[in-house]
Amino acid sequence: MEKSYETVIGLEVHVELATKTKIFCGCSTAFGAEPNAHTCPVCTGMPGSLPVLNRQVLEYAAAVGLATNCEITRETKFDRKNYFYPDNPQNYQISQLYLPICRNGYVEIEAEEGHKKIGIHEIHMEEDAGKLIHDEWQDCTLVDYNRSGVPLIEIVSEPDMRSAEEVIAYLEKLRMLIQYLGASDCKLQEGSMRADVNLSVREAGSGKLGTRTEMKNLNSFRAITNAIEGERERQIALLEAGENVIQETRRWDDTKGESYAMRSKEDAQDYRYFPEPDLTPIVISDEMLARIRAGQPEFREEKMERYRKEYGLPDYDIDILTQSRHMAELFEQTSAICGQPKKVSNWLMVQTMQLLKEKAMDAEDICFSPEHLAKLIALTDAKAINSSVAKEVFEVMFTSDIDPEQYVEEKGLKTTNDAGELKKVIEEVIAANPQSVCDYRNGKEKAIGFLVGQTMKAMKGKADPAAVNAMLKELL
Amino acid sequence: MANMISDETIDYVGILAKLALSDEEKEQAKQDMGKMLDYIDQLNELDTSGVEPMSHVFSVHNVFREDVVTNGDGREETLAGAPERSGDTFVVPRTFEE
Repeated sequence: MEKSYETVIGLEVHVELATKTKIFCGCSTAFGAEPNAHTCPVCTGMPGSLPVLNRQVLEYAAAVGLATNCEITRETKFDRKNYFYPDNPQNYQISQLYLPICRNGYVEIEAEEGHKKIGIHEIHMEEDAGKLIHDEWQDCTLVDYNRSGVPLIEIVSEPDMRSAEEVIAYLEKLRMLIQYLGASDCKLQEGSMRADVNLSVREAGSGKLGTRTEMKNLNSFRAITNAIEGERERQIALLEAGENVIQETRRWDDTKGESYAMRSKEDAQDYRYFPEPDLTPIVISDEMLARIRAGQPEFREEKMERYRKEYGLPDYDIDILTQSRHMAELFEQTSAICGQPKKVSNWLMVQTMQLLKEKAMDAEDICFSPEHLAKLIALTDAKAINSSVAKEVFEVMFTSDIDPEQYVEEKGLKTTNDAGELKKVIEEVIAANPQSVCDYRNGKEKAIGFLVGQTMKAMKGKADPAAVNAMLKELL
Repeated sequence: MANMISDETIDYVGILAKLALSDEEKEQAKQDMGKMLDYIDQLNELDTSGVEPMSHVFSVHNVFREDVVTNGDGREETLAGAPERSGDTFVVPRTFEE
């Protein structure tokens, strides 16, 4: 009889915090600088330099902890993790082992069986490492320390997930909470959110955990899903063959669709953790905690409730609008200007979502302003432009945030309200298409569609189709 | 000697310390480490229940900096100590992630 297996998954998620400066020094964290431009004696581990904690890192970390129902460790401190690799100029990483800032939390996801709580074991603060570029030509490695000392939080879940779907739901939930907090943009592709997957399999019904492996190098939801499916099958095949799963770190190659072991036992590490002597312990007072709590934004669930009451929108709209804080704010601000929430909602959840999908962008990347979207809605309301012109204008606005009023004026896209001109064009169209005119007069209602199309073409799209339709009927 | 170090342990410690030890050196290291552990064991004779673990000597806490950029372009100073540089990056012997 074929055995049935259960997959047990826990995640370690690294999130780069959206601070202006590094965790322990005043170097900028801005992306795209020249290599090593954002470095100083502190983030390159020069002897005698003194790290000092960036207050904003502590506040973001605590805020994420509160948003994920964690207990905040009131007396927390840093520890030193020793390892030798060229991405780490200090030969140690400052992290938290013994007293991480947040513990024992959870987030709720929608799983197949309904609401499910995914436990959060802990969240700790630490610093990122530098970037290594392997130069195949010169057979050497180039090192850029701009990322060294960029603040990270690592969110360690309990082994509570059972499928790739649950893992994705958990990651999406974390990403949404953290984006709502403004603590990070959480972009997997750009590495500001990174997930390592700990996975084991066991016979269904067994209470015992199997031997797990850890998989790294997963930089898209698709790669995570593929890696989970692949690793599950690999482990089951081993067990079926009577072999053992070895506890190891594996690297996922998404192009090949397989993983391979990264380190053998000969490379075993002893991190020799000890309390970080250069940083003082942190005591989180009641006042500090209350202030962070008071600064928490309105999260999605509260927002959804308010949208139902305040705007009377359908649940479908609300679900889409509140998936990102940026989208929700765009909606609220535009609605405040034009007073037509349903129309704003339509532009956002139809055209905007479609363009985001086409261009593989996140809602956080939307660049057009609420003022411009409100103007576009006003233009269509006033019938100054028809709906297909409006869509064209919107696409330009989406890419480069142009002022639609100005754009329509400059490009001469305004609908012609000159009835005399319209009449003239329609008469020409009628004269040029005797067959369609004849069809229409013989009761073929559909023939009028062709004539409307011809008129719109002759007007270069700058007519109101309803007005064209009405005048055609009148003249025929 | 109360603490006996096994051959497996000394091999593993050798791996962790990245040391290649000869058989004589391993024997010597086993003896030395056993004695060290015996010495440390003396600490367990003390009753430390109720004593908070100490991570710092000074009673200073909450030293923070504000999130303001104070450093400019540090590349020349940082790269001054580079054994070899290529453009604005350090050059090190090839490392393998695999």
